[in-house]
Amino acid sequence: MHAAATGASSAAAGLDLLADHANKELLRFITCGSVDDGKSTLIGRLLLETGAVYDDQIATLQKDSERHGTTGADIDPALLLDGLEDERQQGITIDVAYRYFATTRRKFIIADTPGHEQFTRNMATGASTAELAVILVDASKGLRPQTKRHAFIVSLLGIKHVILAVNKMDLVDYDESVFHTICLDFRHFAARLDIPELRFVPLSALKGDNVARPSANTAWYADGSLLHLLENIYIGAEANVHDLRFPVQWVNRPDSSFRGFSGTIASGTLRVGDEIVVLPSKKRSRIRRIVTRDGDLAEAAVAESITVTLDDEIDVARGDMLVCPGNRPHICRDADAMLVWMSEEPLMPGKSYWVKHTTRRTSGEIQLVRYTIDVNTLQRSQATTLRLNEIGRCRLATRDPVMFDAYRRNRATGAFILVDRVTHETVAAGMFLDPSDSSSSGEHWDDQPAGLRLQRAVSRVSGEERARHYGQAPFTLLITGLSGSGKTTLALDLEQRLFWAGRKCVLLDGQTMRFGISRDLGFSADERSENLRRAAEIAKMLNDAGLICLAAFVAPHDDVRQRMRDLIGADRFLHVHLSTPLDVCRQRDATGRYDAAARGEIASFPGITSAYEPPTTADLEVSTHDLPPDQAVQAVLDLLQTKGDRDICRG
Amino acid sequence: MTRPDANHLLPSRGASHLRQLEAESIHILREVVAELESPVLLYSIGKDSSVILHLALKAFYPGKPPFPLLHIDSTWEFREMIEFRDRYVRGELGLDVIAYVNEEGVRAGINPFDHGSQIYTDVMRTQPLKRALTTFGFDAAIGGGRRDEERSRAKERVFSFRDRHHRWDPRNQRPELWSLYNTWKRSDECLRVFPLSNWTELDVWQYILHEHVPIVPLYFASWRPVVQRQGDLIVVDDERMRLRAGEIPEMKMVRFRTLGCYPVTGAIASTATTVEAIVHEMLTTRSSERQGRAIDRDESAAMERKKRDGYF
Repeated sequence: MHAAATGASSAAAGLDLLADHANKELLRFITCGSVDDGKSTLIGRLLLETGAVYDDQIATLQKDSERHGTTGADIDPALLLDGLEDERQQGITIDVAYRYFATTRRKFIIADTPGHEQFTRNMATGASTAELAVILVDASKGLRPQTKRHAFIVSLLGIKHVILAVNKMDLVDYDESVFHTICLDFRHFAARLDIPELRFVPLSALKGDNVARPSANTAWYADGSLLHLLENIYIGAEANVHDLRFPVQWVNRPDSSFRGFSGTIASGTLRVGDEIVVLPSKKRSRIRRIVTRDGDLAEAAVAESITVTLDDEIDVARGDMLVCPGNRPHICRDADAMLVWMSEEPLMPGKSYWVKHTTRRTSGEIQLVRYTIDVNTLQRSQATTLRLNEIGRCRLATRDPVMFDAYRRNRATGAFILVDRVTHETVAAGMFLDPSDSSSSGEHWDDQPAGLRLQRAVSRVSGEERARHYGQAPFTLLITGLSGSGKTTLALDLEQRLFWAGRKCVLLDGQTMRFGISRDLGFSADERSENLRRAAEIAKMLNDAGLICLAAFVAPHDDVRQRMRDLIGADRFLHVHLSTPLDVCRQRDATGRYDAAARGEIASFPGITSAYEPPTTADLEVSTHDLPPDQAVQAVLDLLQTKGDRDICRG
Repeated sequence: MTRPDANHLLPSRGASHLRQLEAESIHILREVVAELESPVLLYSIGKDSSVILHLALKAFYPGKPPFPLLHIDSTWEFREMIEFRDRYVRGELGLDVIAYVNEEGVRAGINPFDHGSQIYTDVMRTQPLKRALTTFGFDAAIGGGRRDEERSRAKERVFSFRDRHHRWDPRNQRPELWSLYNTWKRSDECLRVFPLSNWTELDVWQYILHEHVPIVPLYFASWRPVVQRQGDLIVVDDERMRLRAGEIPEMKMVRFRTLGCYPVTGAIASTATTVEAIVHEMLTTRSSERQGRAIDRDESAAMERKKRDGYF
């Protein structure tokens, strides 16, 4: 028997080499793309260039290349990756395969997933443990629907770092403009997703440009090779260090003198002496010891597998959760969640499934499917079920209470799986959404009211009476355009003109909203959408009360504008779009926001770092660049007149 | 410059990749014990088994691992392996090791010389493994398989399903999301669990170095009697070794990268007599660990076929 010797015979240089490799960070990433995008070639090259493939494996590869390869006598790096015999013959990868390589800085685990249409399930599986995603695009083909699908799934599964690898740059002569067009297209699309960090690399996996080393063929590109980014992107920031969540995995009771609770800390930090509360029983105690075979610890943090003992003899079982009394997860029997359906057998609402969430097993059913999301267009549609590879928002009801956080905030306590009770197949991956509307920053167009048996108050004053009394037919005029296009100026001018013409009107301004009603919202696509939903609800109330509403909003997305129209009612909704060109808006900008956006300081700024979808159905389009202000106002007044309010212009 | 002490290179806690791998493996071991009724640790006495055993000691501390160890003894093990098993695992740790031998195979005189490595491995390893799992009613077998070992393992799950005939169907495996392992199964099904799935050979050696994990001395270079066969260095471990005409064992400085049955496991020429030296060798070698295993070169995709048949 032997214990590791201290190595007096080893040379100092050898020990330096050992020291270089002793402390690495671990980075798990997923690669998304199809065979055609050159994904297997890219991974094969990463493995070859980092020395992760041994000589005898290369020899086997050479033999296989002759048999199955598509590269003639050359080594086909793609064959390095296909694991299963029959898949290798088909030449496609149909599952998640894990690959390993390391540099002196980091150890990498690649979840290699297929990009083929029907394999959303495999991508979700690979993404569930990844911190970063490499999405491949073929430079010669540009963004394709599958690229958007990959980005959506990656963002849904909570990956915060994405590298868009624009491959096959050799086929487009390393043309900078091709690269930039693809980057811009992708940025526009990704602005609607939750991806805080987005990087771009032009590369050729086949030729090796910018894979492990910077390439001389892309002198215009300076951000380093793919490997450089993989080694240097900072991934620690999203670890949840604030909310202590310790799901009890196993009760350690070797004899009557010791009772410990073992588990892996899902988030936060735990210290000896800390007061904790056990959920769901709500019993309180303090941490007495943090026990490990290498000695007791004073504290332990997220992802550590430990055993704790408590000061008091209280009941604690597998599936319970230790948290701080002042910071608790949601505890409910029903909650909304996004589901990725993974079974050939479609979801059956009302059917009982097993649920596994943290270390807890219970059963549950899907009460209703609120909508499905088309992964290609992000459009939502009504549905009653989910089929294989479909994604939707559902209401889950469980037999026992579950202690969870929104997946966005905590991947470990926000994730669950559904298992068929007969076949034991994993049928769905689930991600809890934040149940509290007040603190949530998502959008809520489709939400149901939270309470049951609610009733609306019906006014005793009719619409006709109001119209007669105020001498006007109420309507909402939505004024849209880029930041700096002159929306607010136009709205203020109009309000003044209408006021002096005896109209009763109210101005709703997108920025003003954010000082009060929407002060909890940010500027992501969802939050902009929510800001407009709130404005739409207010506009509807004003119109119902007989008042005119002027609403000035950026409103970059067409589907959101359509929703506003639907909510208010198409018969009393008018839309004026200010098509002032981007560079004019930018020149006019006195607030410095365009410059800040261009520097990347504002994450989603329509027209710069996120998309603006120009409306196609506006009732009037005005460019404040071409028209003096009073003429722009007059153009809108003319529109109102033709739409029915003939007396407006008298003032 | 003072030389760093290799034993203190690794922080006791924190963001080192070895600590993260360790925590993940401990989580998996505890999950097996919490969710299955009758797990067993497949103990081959090799370095991966030694690391798993070490992790199990940590996972259930201060208790002992709440499962027995199962050693499928082919009767062609290196003597030092059996000695290590009995002295360290049974003696020092006081753990229950079930040593299971295919007595029928012994009676039939199955050996690697007359029957070839394929038939021999099937009769003396694969078949007795399946029979032992069924006989003792184990519903989960924890093994040392790593995904980096061989291409066909890259898609292996951490919790891998075998039907009641212990067959592995690569197309019928459950997706594994987050660390939420689906362990629901029928009573006659058996799971294979691989806590070292995400470890590489280098990780294993670095861990052995920093954790002082006891291993069989065969991993360290020493002067041993060796014959050369088809490019493999075969160590003559006992009198059962059949020498071919003209073969005369020579003393060579060799060690093993993987351990199996002695007549079918090749050694490598090496001067690495310490774990540091082995890790150093790992960091600079250009050949894979399976190179010395005759059974894996039988044919292309050999491992995958063996797995479907129930070989670990």
